[in-house]
Amino acid sequence: MNAPKTAEPPVCWQDSLFELLVENGVTQISHVPDAGHSILIERAANEPRVHSVGLASEQEGVALAAGADLGGEKAVLLMQSSGVGNCINMLSLMKGSRFPFLTFVTMRGEYGEGNPWQYPMGQAVQPVLEAMGVICLRAERPEDVIPTAGAAMTMVWKSEQRVAVLLAQKLLGAKKF
Amino acid sequence: MSVNEKRTDGRFQMDRRVVVPKLVGNPKDFLIVSGLAGAVYDMSSLTDQGDYFYGLGGAMGGACMIGLGLALARPDKNVLVVTGDGELLMSLGSLCSIGVINPPNLTIVCVDNGHYGETGFQKSHTNRGVDLELFAKGAGISQTCTVSSEDQIEAGSKMLRRVGGANGTAFVLMTVAPTEAPKVPLNLDGADCRRIFLKAQRRAA
Repeated sequence: MNAPKTAEPPVCWQDSLFELLVENGVTQISHVPDAGHSILIERAANEPRVHSVGLASEQEGVALAAGADLGGEKAVLLMQSSGVGNCINMLSLMKGSRFPFLTFVTMRGEYGEGNPWQYPMGQAVQPVLEAMGVICLRAERPEDVIPTAGAAMTMVWKSEQRVAVLLAQKLLGAKKF
Repeated sequence: MSVNEKRTDGRFQMDRRVVVPKLVGNPKDFLIVSGLAGAVYDMSSLTDQGDYFYGLGGAMGGACMIGLGLALARPDKNVLVVTGDGELLMSLGSLCSIGVINPPNLTIVCVDNGHYGETGFQKSHTNRGVDLELFAKGAGISQTCTVSSEDQIEAGSKMLRRVGGANGTAFVLMTVAPTEAPKVPLNLDGADCRRIFLKAQRRAA
């Protein structure tokens, strides 16, 4: 008789995503503090292969990614949906110069949101990004995250596109108010 | 606004077309990023649109962080960011994000003419008491100086070139008269500029 299998500790998608980024040569991870990205931010700070760059405002991370590209490195920007609004004009740098650009956006102001202040920007994220030439991919379930991130990396570093992976509030769980 | 009124503050005296080249010296010693407006004209002229230079024609506020990304990616090279007071005022948080990392191969030069030259020479905050060197210090940038007269250029140049060693990012504030930068033709095709820069770096590798 087979012994009953002991359950593997579940690997959370945040850890898998971090490992995917590092394995694919991402060396600059910039971020503004965010609950949804906290595992990635923590791991970036402790990963010697990665420069973890804390930002005062999200548009700094857009410009940082351009500089990383000029230096032959890959950068990723981690931000919340409200930060997308801070990036708009700086995205003209990426579109105009055709810099590759990858960002992961934790969504607020959608599924189950209890803070009405989050809706105006949360609902505007996708149209605003698309207006600035950034392709949006959405991940709604934990099992979507890694394939979506993989597809995004191909689009960004093979085809030199600008891509935002929107990590849906349904995936993250709505903050309780 | 009269020329006299523009020149009321004694800080803003030097001719940028003379003193920026003196401060920077041989530009080929650096990978260079410039902000838009006066700075991009200064550096396009000085580098003759060199393939080690990437200058902005827009995206105001981006130059310092492009410089940080480049400096982190290329620890083997000295990276020089040239910006203006208007662009830096728009992105002061960048100084903080740079200060906490403090990469020793990054130097920021702010060519401060106290005005928005590109839009008709309206006064900027630096003409009304704002001191960007103090901002850089407050952001934790370890080496800073202000160059307001010709006799201070040598010290500024030494800091910029890390004579005596680099223990962090350097910030040189150069105050100049509100006069035109050299009006050379710019390459405003950013994708072309990027490709030229990348190709040169690959060739050199």
